[in-house]
Amino acid sequence: MVNFVGSSLLDSVRIKDVTCTACGMLCDDLVVARALNSNTLSVVEHGCSRSAVLLEQPPAYPSARVHGKEVDHASAIQAATALLQQAKQPLIAGLGTEVQGMRAVLRLADHIGATLDHMNSAAMLRNTLVVQQSGWQVTTLTEVRNRADLIVAIGTDIVSVLPRFFERCVWVEATLFDQAPAQRDIVFLGGRHDDLSFASSPDGRPAQVLPCDMEQIPELVAALRALVTGRSLPVDQVAGIAMQDLQQLAQRLREARYSVLAWSAASLDYPHAELSIANITGIVSQLNQTTRSAGLPVGGSNGDSSVNQTSVWTSGYPLPNSYARQHPDYDPWQHSSAQQAAHADAVLWISSLDPSRRPPPSDTTTIVLGHAAMQFEQEPAVYIPIGTPGVDHSGTAFRCDSVVSLPLKPLRPSPLPSLSRVILDIEAALDIEAALHASGKGDAHAD
Amino acid sequence: MLTKLTGGRVYDPAHGIDGQVMDLYIRDGRLIARPRDDEKVSKEYDLRGKVVMAGAIDMHTHIGGGKVNIARMMLPEDHRADPVAHSELCRAGCGHVAPSTLTTGYRYAEMGYTAGFEPAILPVNARQAHLEMGDTPIIDKGGYAMLGSDDYFLRMLTAKKDQNAINDYVAWTLHASQAIGIKVVNPGGISAFKFNQRALDLDAQHAYYQVSPRDVLKSLSRAVHELGIAHPLHVHANNLGVPGNLDTTLKTMGASEGYPLHLTHIQFHSYGTEGDRKFSSGAAAIAEAINQHQHISADVGQILFGQTVTASGDSMRQHANAGLANPSKSVIMDIECDAGCGVVPFKYRDQNFVNALQWAIGLEIFLLVDDPWRIFLTTDHPNGAPFTSYPHLIRLLMDKSFRNDMFTKLNLDAQAMSTLANINREYSLYEIAIMTRAGAAKLVGLHDRGHLGVGAAADITVYTEDADREKMFSKPDYVFKDGTLVVRNGQVVQVTWGSTHTVRPEFDRSVEQDLRAHFDRYHTMKLDHVKVSDDEIAEGGRGRVQVQPCLGRREKTR
Repeated sequence: MVNFVGSSLLDSVRIKDVTCTACGMLCDDLVVARALNSNTLSVVEHGCSRSAVLLEQPPAYPSARVHGKEVDHASAIQAATALLQQAKQPLIAGLGTEVQGMRAVLRLADHIGATLDHMNSAAMLRNTLVVQQSGWQVTTLTEVRNRADLIVAIGTDIVSVLPRFFERCVWVEATLFDQAPAQRDIVFLGGRHDDLSFASSPDGRPAQVLPCDMEQIPELVAALRALVTGRSLPVDQVAGIAMQDLQQLAQRLREARYSVLAWSAASLDYPHAELSIANITGIVSQLNQTTRSAGLPVGGSNGDSSVNQTSVWTSGYPLPNSYARQHPDYDPWQHSSAQQAAHADAVLWISSLDPSRRPPPSDTTTIVLGHAAMQFEQEPAVYIPIGTPGVDHSGTAFRCDSVVSLPLKPLRPSPLPSLSRVILDIEAALDIEAALHASGKGDAHAD
Repeated sequence: MLTKLTGGRVYDPAHGIDGQVMDLYIRDGRLIARPRDDEKVSKEYDLRGKVVMAGAIDMHTHIGGGKVNIARMMLPEDHRADPVAHSELCRAGCGHVAPSTLTTGYRYAEMGYTAGFEPAILPVNARQAHLEMGDTPIIDKGGYAMLGSDDYFLRMLTAKKDQNAINDYVAWTLHASQAIGIKVVNPGGISAFKFNQRALDLDAQHAYYQVSPRDVLKSLSRAVHELGIAHPLHVHANNLGVPGNLDTTLKTMGASEGYPLHLTHIQFHSYGTEGDRKFSSGAAAIAEAINQHQHISADVGQILFGQTVTASGDSMRQHANAGLANPSKSVIMDIECDAGCGVVPFKYRDQNFVNALQWAIGLEIFLLVDDPWRIFLTTDHPNGAPFTSYPHLIRLLMDKSFRNDMFTKLNLDAQAMSTLANINREYSLYEIAIMTRAGAAKLVGLHDRGHLGVGAAADITVYTEDADREKMFSKPDYVFKDGTLVVRNGQVVQVTWGSTHTVRPEFDRSVEQDLRAHFDRYHTMKLDHVKVSDDEIAEGGRGRVQVQPCLGRREKTR
């Protein structure tokens, strides 16, 4: 028995303080074991359902493919380059990567005049529009952990977005300011059918739920904003919630020393949800006239924060963004993947973190730089497997609060190239083509 | 490779050279005294009649980090008016008030600047600041790490920890953030705002920690001095923008008890309460105090008229000013028990009484401070105006009749409250070279920049003399960065990647034990992940870390 345990220890190495990019919280306290014979990873400590999906994918090293036929890396690069070169309106979408990958993507997009859109753009844009229209007052995870005395989650249970939120930011052992974490009040707006037992305090006090359906969130937050502002509403209930309960919540918000209003832009999935978010941040703004309150946008997956931040500093604009006119150009409607699907003549789809995020079905020529475990219903013109940042190679990722960024380190030796490496290869191939073109050998139409 | 710059009129205040015609020689990116006898000049530039200075250094410019990126994200309408298409050499981007990183680097270089320092690096956000500066081409960069509202420091202060322990923590922060100086913003006030305090004067008590801004200033200015780093504590004082804050600012000068202080964007802290509108210029008193106190230096934070955006760590004051936002939007953040930030767009108008007087106050300070080694040319980019307006500001300082013409266009009530038209001083080229080169390098602690002596990095700007100083400083003939010609006739001709300047005073590594326990107990990231490594900055061969020397640690100076 002792020998068995001993040998299993020798068969694997433990890696401490691993950063997990499975959600926007970027927990950086994971302990991961790597089996020496297979390089398979398992999360030993501080895991969650999502970290297991990200990190415990068995390693796979498929060949690149062109039209479904296995080819070597160089041939795949050549095929991808040729397609991008022919394209007049290339779209780079998916964008499941991190900062270093996105730096390379932006360079390539500038070079070939591509439009850029992240797979989570629709959700991200709901928040972006609020920042651009009214701004907001928000906070970050460590502030929540130490200060929040009232947390109101609106249209989200938070844990399906950030699985360890309550463990790491709410029901903690100690806070900096002598506040007993167990005394915190949690309120859910919405959440009719959710099991919310995780939100009960350590001493068994359940969270308050004001249940309603997602479609009723807009009227609910509008009413709450009116009440917090001191207006009275001549109705008995809003969205099925008694006026008295809403008034009580408004009063608790006014009395709280540091309330936090959390929402998930992805969950608020209805037209013009940015107006609901603006009402939530409007409540925060009103509360800050007399006490302290802050918004907390929860979310973040497939590198969306990292990619958006990198786009903003490099080009000046968040996603969706376009280099089609030789300079960055921001038009949330025109440049969305949905619109571009009709116009683009080539799609470069990137998904390095999640093999299940495939390009949407389309007739447009598609190149995929994707996770090694990706399976396709519709085989793309070119598939080049790439490594996962923070598993196969290094990188840098932003948390959903957009302030903290963390270094990602490789957890195992891997032959898979990083996205940046593949893009460098494509750029080198483009340069060779351009040089041939310049010397008149590559193109008969030279003037 | 030997380059000769022949016959230029050289302004090199670090060596007392004031317009002397001389030849300069560059070998391998550095200035040398003269070539070896057998050495051949591989490239010669005829600079006869031209003005030659070291590359300019912006010692306070918000070019990287979270709040700058929020400003960018917030203002697509501003970017749309200034699109920058890619060229053969330069990548695309956008300009005006919060330019993209790439455009920032190109435009600084095209204006003859070869270095810029981000003044507000939050330690928890340092990685982002360096990522953004890493994507800023050509110029050198670096920054000041923000302390003074972080809970770890305030707890040390409340617990009356030994100064040596505080010094170790400050040094640790410099290393972790890869910074070259320490900044304090609204000392204690960013934290106090999280406890719902809305103002914090120099001797007021923080509601929770029961320490005052004066305590914070005393402790941090002493730490910076005892660590032996060149840059004095960089202070954004309490009460920014508040009429009557002049008194706070004057008292702040005494708060360090003689330890050096740099008071930043002092224009925003030089307001009196005289007159019908209870808003007046405190420039004369402030300038007089600077003239008298040798341990004080300041940069102005001049405002210029037009659209801009204010981005600051001072969440308390930015929240108070959010109602003045134009366009009407603002982002205010509490950040990680470390700091905060506030981003508020502003439009300064010459017909607005307050704005017009702010403009005059800044210029009064420039002109009334006697010693150009202790006053620095900034607009607190982008808070007073974008950095691209520096040539205009230089003309205002060098050309009295131009300045007075501008003055007569101001709001009349503001004109009546200002003495500007009676000040005859005009800055000389030598004084401009002090403010923007030699003085700035000395203040930041850049030993091999800002001068043209032997061994200095060949960061050199060449101008054509022109009575219109705005024109002259807008478009240098040549800019050399580390000996490479990067700009010709105000256009980038080669893209290089500059260095990141840091300082690394010695400290007792055991400081990490308690700090690690604090992070594990209260934070949401690991202490080791706060630290930014050299490799992260030098990623992809784009730049390197240059560690500037310190004087060496002094033990217990009192």
